[in-house]
Amino acid sequence: MIDARGLSCPMPVVMVQNEVKKSSPNELKVQVDSMVCVENITRYASSQKYDVEVANKDGEFELTLKKKK
Amino acid sequence: MENKVKLTKLANCAGCGAKVGAGVLAKLLEGIKVRSDPNLLVGFDKSDDASVYKVSDELALVQTVDFFPPIADDPYTFGAIAATNALSDVYAMGGEPKLALNIMAVPKDLPKEAVHQILRGGYDKAYEAGAIITGGHSILDDEPKYGLAVTGFVHPDKVLTNSGAKDGDVLLLTKPIGIGILTTAAKADLVPKETMSFAFKLMTTLNKSARDAMVKYRVHSCTDVTGFALLGHSCEMAQGSDVEIHLNVDDIDLIEESLEFARMGILPEGMYRNRSFAEAYVDSGEIELAKQDMLYDPQTSGGLLIAVHPDDADALFEELKGVVPSAQKIGTVKKYSGGARIYLH
Repeated sequence: MIDARGLSCPMPVVMVQNEVKKSSPNELKVQVDSMVCVENITRYASSQKYDVEVANKDGEFELTLKKKK
Repeated sequence: MENKVKLTKLANCAGCGAKVGAGVLAKLLEGIKVRSDPNLLVGFDKSDDASVYKVSDELALVQTVDFFPPIADDPYTFGAIAATNALSDVYAMGGEPKLALNIMAVPKDLPKEAVHQILRGGYDKAYEAGAIITGGHSILDDEPKYGLAVTGFVHPDKVLTNSGAKDGDVLLLTKPIGIGILTTAAKADLVPKETMSFAFKLMTTLNKSARDAMVKYRVHSCTDVTGFALLGHSCEMAQGSDVEIHLNVDDIDLIEESLEFARMGILPEGMYRNRSFAEAYVDSGEIELAKQDMLYDPQTSGGLLIAVHPDDADALFEELKGVVPSAQKIGTVKKYSGGARIYLH
């Protein structure tokens, strides 16, 4: 789980990139608190062949990235 | 050098990305009565770059103001960029800047030398433009800001608005696209030094040469590409001129590094703002998402977007080639057919 709440872009998406490059996880959860970060991470994830699910929890977002089969 | 102030660390958003969205702006002004004056040639109604007021049959006054928080860490560079950007609105109207006033906000504890360097950057650009800075106004603020209020002149019959584009016109652009993405990536230290120097060089290049070249030809419409991005400004031109615009994306000079960042999801908030404002008017065809995003990327101190008579297009294009950072022939203007305002091919 990456907690990128309170961080402004592009830091959250950069954190996700670092994790994907490091361990290429099958699944990765990320918490962010702005739509811009959700969009940026979604764009990056699809470029790396991950599916993204977004759950909105009172203005905060939890993204689940899953490697495409 | 160790104690050097990192200006961008003091900024909430960078450069023209700090601009209030176009849609929001229209709402903020809703219901406020706009007074007209027969001598006001260009006012707020067409969302143009500057206002133009006719003084005599030979002379019209061009007025504009622009300022923003730091987009560069180096104070001199920031000052120069802010001034270049502010002066640009006068060039976009076909005018020549003559007088300027500093507009500045400084944090209490910002070292005097840094403030001095910001101003020096501004003065240098104003002088290069042939304008003089005659004063200004400064206030204390947690976030530094700098820019200029600029007054220039233009012949009243030669005003270039963003609403004069005609069916058949060719669209030219004078700087590459992707500055907003680079400055966003720079916040995470992802941009190599040479690339940032290239970006700063672009942002501190006056649109003077582009203006001086275009006024010799039959240019029908012009605007500078800044915070609302290429598509936002194109959209304003298409709507204001009641035409539609066709852009060939392969002919647009997209900064390579920026396109790579766009593909990695390194995009500024302003890109999404611009997208939500203009998207409804744009037919994106089959264009790759990252390339579309580039066209919504807010530019700071961007180039001129010029709609020129088709018979003059080649000559102006050739002349621009030698004097602007990147001369591009990016599309054409057509009669409005009732659908989208912008088509990407």
